[in-house]
Amino acid sequence: MVTTVVNLPSSALALILLFPALGVLFNLFFGARLGRRAVSIVGPGVMFLAFAAATWALVRLFMLPPGDALTFTLWPWIEAGRFHVELALRADTLSGVMIMIVTGVGAFIHLYSVGYMAHDEDFARFFTYMNLFALSMLILVLASNLLMMFVGWEGVGLCSYLLIAFWYTNPQFAYNGRKAFIVNRVGDAGFILGMLTIISVLSRGGVWTLDFPTIQAHVALFTTGTATAACLLLFMGATGKSAQIPLYVWLPDAMVGPTPVSALIHAATMVTAGVYMIARLNFLFMLSPDAMTVVATVGALTAFFAGTIAIVQPDIKKVLAYSTISQLGYMFLGVGSGAFAAGIFHVMTHAFFKGLLFLCAGSVIHAMGGEQDMTKMGALRKHLPITFWTMLIATLAISAVPGFSGYFSKDLILEGAYESGHVWLWGLGVLTAGITGFYMFRLIFMTFFGESRVEPEKLHHLHESPPSMTIPLVVLAIASAIGGWVGLPKGLLWGDAFARFLSPVVGNFRPGVEASTLGLSVVATGVGMLGILLAYVCYIRMPGLPMIVAWRAKSLYQVLLDKYYIDEFYNLIITRPLFFVSNVILNRGIDRFMIDGTVNGIGATVRSGSRLARRSETGNVQHYAFVYVLGVLGVVAYYLYLVRH
Amino acid sequence: MMVPLPYLMALSGAIFAIGVLGFLTRRNILVMFMSVELMLNAVNLAFIALGSRLGTMDGQVIVFFVMTVAAAEAAVGLAIIISIFRGRETVHADDLTLLRW
Repeated sequence: MVTTVVNLPSSALALILLFPALGVLFNLFFGARLGRRAVSIVGPGVMFLAFAAATWALVRLFMLPPGDALTFTLWPWIEAGRFHVELALRADTLSGVMIMIVTGVGAFIHLYSVGYMAHDEDFARFFTYMNLFALSMLILVLASNLLMMFVGWEGVGLCSYLLIAFWYTNPQFAYNGRKAFIVNRVGDAGFILGMLTIISVLSRGGVWTLDFPTIQAHVALFTTGTATAACLLLFMGATGKSAQIPLYVWLPDAMVGPTPVSALIHAATMVTAGVYMIARLNFLFMLSPDAMTVVATVGALTAFFAGTIAIVQPDIKKVLAYSTISQLGYMFLGVGSGAFAAGIFHVMTHAFFKGLLFLCAGSVIHAMGGEQDMTKMGALRKHLPITFWTMLIATLAISAVPGFSGYFSKDLILEGAYESGHVWLWGLGVLTAGITGFYMFRLIFMTFFGESRVEPEKLHHLHESPPSMTIPLVVLAIASAIGGWVGLPKGLLWGDAFARFLSPVVGNFRPGVEASTLGLSVVATGVGMLGILLAYVCYIRMPGLPMIVAWRAKSLYQVLLDKYYIDEFYNLIITRPLFFVSNVILNRGIDRFMIDGTVNGIGATVRSGSRLARRSETGNVQHYAFVYVLGVLGVVAYYLYLVRH
Repeated sequence: MMVPLPYLMALSGAIFAIGVLGFLTRRNILVMFMSVELMLNAVNLAFIALGSRLGTMDGQVIVFFVMTVAAAEAAVGLAIIISIFRGRETVHADDLTLLRW
């Protein structure tokens, strides 16, 4: 695809990493001592500095000819025989978009956290983790090779765990943190195996490195079979990190973390790492139509199933969590259809509107004194005006109302799915668009409209959040509203500038089936609007209707409310047998009985033997002398025996 | 007139055996100490006798070494015994059994 790639050294890339790294060190070692004020300046401050550095890098990228990249080599990392990996940063247009999302959205979420976490005791620890997360995520997107990307990949997983279990004194929260970590570990095993597959294929062709440009240059070494194997294994990693079927179960439980964490890690950035990874390795995935189909199918199915679960959840953050899984499914549908730019475009718009939705939900929860149950909300519109208006904008964006950012990216994905021949998946995506509109407006109507169901003692606590929280809301609302305009439909004004910007890295989408962009868009938007209308009917016009429907379709309602019993299913087939094997066989049988028994048995034998043997030590010098004399007589007798024979 | 060697060796062996038995059976450490001196002198006698029989000075030379060592040993040993008696008010070997399990 790309013939000659020019790499320009740029220290801006190092600066992007340096600022969060300094933030980590500062908050870790001095944060608790220097107090809240210092942390609340440094924590978000370093992110804004990183944002500035990222902007500088992006401006430089704009000025370069298409296809060129910025690089910054730190030092050689691994030299094992001929295998050679450098610790190096590389920013092409794809990384450029990602660093802008991570630092930009990240900076405003950090700012928001200052207000949200103001009353928390572990203020400095929180910002240490947040900065560490930003650092890891930036390593992930700026890595110039697959191995370094994996370092970032693991780093964000660690920070995710640390932040989900941030309030670790609650055993349930700590459990959910561990669950996220372990489920991710399953995916990461796939990632490692995929990486090893790539190394083995490349090394057989005499290529001993993992640089992305080098892999791309030697992509011809892959057969369809090896490419499929590598892609599916890597995609397994993506299903873990990006919460797709079958490894999505950790994300809803991750909502016990502080809400800014949900916004930053579990909506805007980390969970999109899988999409980024596939877009980064697009040249490899393009070799394997089977793997691409798997990616697209898993994405569409996840989008649909997670959407249906979101319909009935009463917890405001759970709705958003399933919505995130659903939207991530869209992204995988996009990249799986070959519309890599559309997938990344949705990563960006999703970062805006889903980050905003979580921050708004956080603002609501903050005002409600920690209440997350939407059935205990209602009519909050007047109490939280800024939160209401910004959340409405985000909801319009995620529901793909024309003009808002989500509309453009979702349309491109659905168009890609249709034109690549996945008509069924397209249908599922369109259906999901309707579901999305329904559950998002259900959330808005239940929270901000209707009658107030707020508990009386909480009513007078209701207050709009402080400026440190509302400013990020407004900024992200603006981004959610107009952020999609960089990727307009073809032929309209500047057209799809976003895809053109990314095309040197991810190539251009090559449709297999011709379709009318406008027609597809009208269908998808129509279904989306229908969902919104349905929500309006159900929750504004006839508030009793949902109860009746839930009662009539009781079993379906229960299945959805209980999330298809997937958690229970996994418990039954994986967790319980695993615990049984661990506890009964490995712990009690092998460890305690066999190993401990052997070790303790040897100890006990020696002990009792010694107890007998030490009786011989009387302390009386004449006893010792007697034994000595016997020994001498023995030696003498031996020599006499030798002399005689 | 020379005393025959076997006589001398028998005398030496007898004195040595008396020393050993004394060391093993007498409970007073002063007497045990004296038994040790008996053993040393029995060995001295054997050295002298064998040296004289072989016509060399080696036996007598070693005897001087043994006597020197015995003198030093007696000085140190008696000092230890006095020290023990001061502390424990006994020189009975059966009572001095601190160094055990």
